[in-house]
Amino acid sequence: MASKKFNNVYLKDYFTLAGPLEKDGLLNNYDLTIDDYYYGEKTFEQAEVKMQQVVVDNLLNYNKLTDSKIDLLIGGDLINQTSISSYNASRFKIPYLGVYSACATFCEELIVGATFISSKLAKKVVSVTSSHNLNAERQFRYPVEYGAAKKHTTTFTATGAVSTLLTNEATNIKVESATIGESVDMGIKDVNNMGAVMAPAAVKTLVTHLNEMKRNASYYDLILTGDLGKVGKEIFLEMLAQVHDINLKKYIDAGCEIYSNSQETYAGASGPVALPLVLFNKIINSKKYKKILIIATGSLQSVTMANQKLGIPGIAHAVSLEVL
Amino acid sequence: MNKDEYQKLVKKHEPQENKVENALIAFLVGGLIGFMAEGIIKILMGIFDLSRVDASTWTCLIIIFGASLFTALGFFDNWMSKAKAGLLLPTTGFAHSISSSALDYKKEGLITGLGANFFKLAGSVILFGILSSFVLVIVKVITLG
Repeated sequence: MASKKFNNVYLKDYFTLAGPLEKDGLLNNYDLTIDDYYYGEKTFEQAEVKMQQVVVDNLLNYNKLTDSKIDLLIGGDLINQTSISSYNASRFKIPYLGVYSACATFCEELIVGATFISSKLAKKVVSVTSSHNLNAERQFRYPVEYGAAKKHTTTFTATGAVSTLLTNEATNIKVESATIGESVDMGIKDVNNMGAVMAPAAVKTLVTHLNEMKRNASYYDLILTGDLGKVGKEIFLEMLAQVHDINLKKYIDAGCEIYSNSQETYAGASGPVALPLVLFNKIINSKKYKKILIIATGSLQSVTMANQKLGIPGIAHAVSLEVL
Repeated sequence: MNKDEYQKLVKKHEPQENKVENALIAFLVGGLIGFMAEGIIKILMGIFDLSRVDASTWTCLIIIFGASLFTALGFFDNWMSKAKAGLLLPTTGFAHSISSSALDYKKEGLITGLGANFFKLAGSVILFGILSSFVLVIVKVITLG
């Protein structure tokens, strides 16, 4: 069984930070926004470490918690050796696990944290994830100042950081269950079309979740995918309808909800923060949805493997949230 | 759904790039660069009394310097991505690729960063540029003597 039900796992609080372009986009209630990609640091990487530190610091302060009260810190990002999260973790005295699922990292962190709490191995778990557009460009594409012409299928890595606090004490957001996705390779080699890489993984995870939990898609008030983008979203919907005869009505893709059409972001936002930014700043605070299924999607590529012309594996992890 | 069927589904949803528009933009921008360069050559020949060959060399240097300076000032990448291949094919693209790599990696040290990554994008151009000119010279010697 890929799906797990959790006992007594609740999302207590979160803190979101967004970058300059996101600030001018469609959402406007981020906890904190920054105007400068350097964020007062010498390099973009150090700026991203600071972004992570700020969201964790704020989360702990708002909840009047100290390092010793947290049983586990889970961190993940897009940069080599998950270095941003590891450097951030060294600023705290909390046991630390680094995880990587590319843009599906947020859900992987929730699943790992919820598993610890559900099995009573931890009481409070903090997870943090971040992405920085210019770091991702450097990591996966070209030098920052290089102006390559981009395809319409390219997604734009969002800049931001999100921290969440999971506890075993009841709050108004319950982490009900989760489905761990399989890595799916459908032979897509185009690193500029990550939506097409991830869509089959999202389909697989959603169908597995619904089957194993014996639910219909209509059970959920909203199904929110991570960062399929404008192209991947259409592929996802058509594949669901064609192969599994599922027509989603209450569905949003987070990648399409961050930037406005006038911002030149091609097929929409991507990155591990895309989903939590939309989840926390649009979905949860609208109070319209009670049962929410979030499916974070990730394209598990590396520059080395992409140059070797292999198909890119995609991943999708689903977490079911109940807003009480 | 197998991989081939999936490829077809992806093809169906991929937005088509407007090749005619891209080519037209590249033609106009690239042509404009050539037009400006010709103007600079004429000016240099007139003012400094240079031969056409010397004036062309100086013009090339001026264009390379301009592209590098504009890259350093931070707006040339926007021009590049909008002009499609229009700014990529003239020497401007080459200069831009080197200066952007240099800017990007200088924070990782002069040797391990800037030096090691200077030709990251331009290395292929240099290598295959030299190779192809070598081959062309051989062709020229054989055909024209």
